[in-house]
Amino acid sequence: MQPVFGFALFAVFVALIVVLARNKKRFPANPISSFFFGFIIVLLAIGAANYFMVAISANRLYFWQQTIYGVSLGSVYALIALGYTMVYGIVRLINFAHGEIYMIGAYAGFFGVTSLGFPFYFALIFAMLTAALAGVIVERIAYKPLRKAPRLAVLITAIGMSLLLQNVGQKIFGSIPRSFPRQFTGLYRIGEINLDQSRVIVFAVTFLLMVALQYFVTFTKPGKAMRAVSQDRDAAQMVGVNVDRTISLTFFVGSLLAGAAGILVAIVFPQIRPTMGLMPGLKAFVAAVIGGIGIIPGAVLGGLIIGVSENLVTAYISSSWRDAIAFGLLILILLVKPSGILGRNTREKV
Amino acid sequence: MLKVTDLHVYYGGIHAIKGISLSVKEGQIVSLIGANGAGKSTCLNTICNLVNNSKGKISFLDRDITSAPPHKIVKLGVAQVPEGRKVFPQMTVAENLDMGAYVRKDKSGVRHDMGKVYKLFPRLLERKNQLAGTLSGGEQQMLAIGRGLMAKPRILLLDEPSMGLAPLLVREIFSIIREINSLGTTILLVEQNANMALSIANYAYVLETGRIVLEGEAKVLAADEKVKAAYLGG
Repeated sequence: MQPVFGFALFAVFVALIVVLARNKKRFPANPISSFFFGFIIVLLAIGAANYFMVAISANRLYFWQQTIYGVSLGSVYALIALGYTMVYGIVRLINFAHGEIYMIGAYAGFFGVTSLGFPFYFALIFAMLTAALAGVIVERIAYKPLRKAPRLAVLITAIGMSLLLQNVGQKIFGSIPRSFPRQFTGLYRIGEINLDQSRVIVFAVTFLLMVALQYFVTFTKPGKAMRAVSQDRDAAQMVGVNVDRTISLTFFVGSLLAGAAGILVAIVFPQIRPTMGLMPGLKAFVAAVIGGIGIIPGAVLGGLIIGVSENLVTAYISSSWRDAIAFGLLILILLVKPSGILGRNTREKV
Repeated sequence: MLKVTDLHVYYGGIHAIKGISLSVKEGQIVSLIGANGAGKSTCLNTICNLVNNSKGKISFLDRDITSAPPHKIVKLGVAQVPEGRKVFPQMTVAENLDMGAYVRKDKSGVRHDMGKVYKLFPRLLERKNQLAGTLSGGEQQMLAIGRGLMAKPRILLLDEPSMGLAPLLVREIFSIIREINSLGTTILLVEQNANMALSIANYAYVLETGRIVLEGEAKVLAADEKVKAAYLGG
C-alpha cells in the first residue's frame, strides 16, 4: 500500500473518532446509521492498522529501534515539559522562556566541555546549575514584579523574555551553530537491536532525574510545599509556607531539568545554536498540555507520546511530518479532552 | 495577647474596615460576629497579613506583627483555619495534617500532636489515607481545624467553621472548639451563626460594615435586645 494513502486513511479514522467523541448524544439515535458509521470506522481501522502492520513487519528491528529512540527523545521532551508543568502548577504561567533556559543549558555544557575541559558528567551538572541560575534570575527580574498583575501581562512578558534571551544568545554566542564535541560513540547490542550509546545515556540520565524529582516532590519538605502552593496558595501561606521562596525553588528545579535536557540533546544531535530552544520548547509545551498541564506524571507521559510518535512518523512517513505530528496531537487532544490525558475536569469555583 | 489597634483596610478602593480595635486575652474564646460583608474575614486575613492594603497596628505577645510576612506570623504561633476550609485537595488527610506542622522542626512533637488531633477527630483517623478533596464538608472542616492545630498555635483564628454544615455537625464542631480552648489554645472565632458563637465565647465584638458597633461579655451581648433583634432571630 502506498504510504500516503495509508496515512490519509489513518487521518480520516482519527477525525471520525473525534467527531464521534464530540457528538456522543447524536449518533446512536438511529440504529441503521450507527451501524453504518461503526462499519466505516471498523473498515478504516483495519486499513490503517494494516498499513502500519505491513510497514512494521517488513522490518521489525527497525520498528523497535525507532521506538526506543523515540522513547529516548521523548524523555528529553519530558524533562523540558516538567519545567513547564511545574511552573504552570504553581503560578499559572506558561513560561515561554523555558526553551531558552534549555538553550542556555546546552551552551553551558558546550563551554564546560570545550573551554573548561570538564568531563561529561561534570559538565552535565555545570549545565544544570547554570540553567537553574538563569531560570531563577528570569523569574526574579521578569515575573516577580508582576506577581499581582493580570495573567495576560505575565504571559506576554514571558514571550518577550524568550525573544530577548534568543537575541542576547545570538549576540553573545554568535548565530553560527557550534558543534558539540562527540562524547559517546559506542554502540550497544541488545538481542539484534543496535543502540547508540548516547541515546541510552540520554534515557538513563533522564530516568534518574525523574526518579529524583518524584522523590523530591513527594517526600521532602520543600517538595511538599511546592505541591501545597499549587493546590491552594492561600492555605499554603496560612500553614507557614514562604510562597515567594517556593516559587523561586520551582523555577530552580524546572530549569535544572531543562539544563540537563539541553546538554543531553547536544550529545545526540551535536549542533547547538541560540535559537535551538524554540522548537523543543514548543513541543515540550505541547507535551505538557497533552499529559495535562500542572500534572507532573502527565508531562512525562506527554513527552514520551510526542517523542515516540515523532520518531515513528519520521521513520515511516516522512521527516517533513515530524513537527506536524506534535501539533496535530495537540489539536486532537484539545478537541477530545482539553484538560489533557491525565487532567481532571476542573471547574472554576466561585 | 493579640491586640489590634485602629485597623483600616482598603479592598480595591473600598474602605472595607474602618478603624477596628480589638484585643484577645490569653485562654479566652473571643468571637467576632456580624452579617455577610461586615469585614470579619478581612479582619482575620489582615491579622495574618494576607491582605496588603491596611493601616493600623497589630501586635501579638507584645510584638508588632503588622508587616511581618505571613509565614513568620505562623511561626510566632498564630494559625488560621480559613473560611471555606481550603484543605489541600490532592493530598491525603495525613499529608494535610503534616503540612499544618510545616513550620515546626520537632518531629516527635509533631507525631504526638497528630495523635492528639486524631483523638479529637476520630473520623480523620478512619480517613487517614484518603485524599482530602474527597471528604465531606464536615470532615474537611475537621481537617482544616486539625491542620491549624498541628502548627501548635498559641492562638487559633477560626473563620466561619459552621459554614455549610448541618446543625448537628455545627454543634459537634463547636463542642470541639470549646475542648480545644480548654486544652490551652486561645481562640478568635469569626461567625455568622451568632447564637452558637455567643454560646461558647467569653467576649464578643459585633461588626457592622467595617465598624465595631457593640462589644462586651458574650453573655451580656446574648441578652442584649438590639443583638437579639439583629442577629439572634428575635
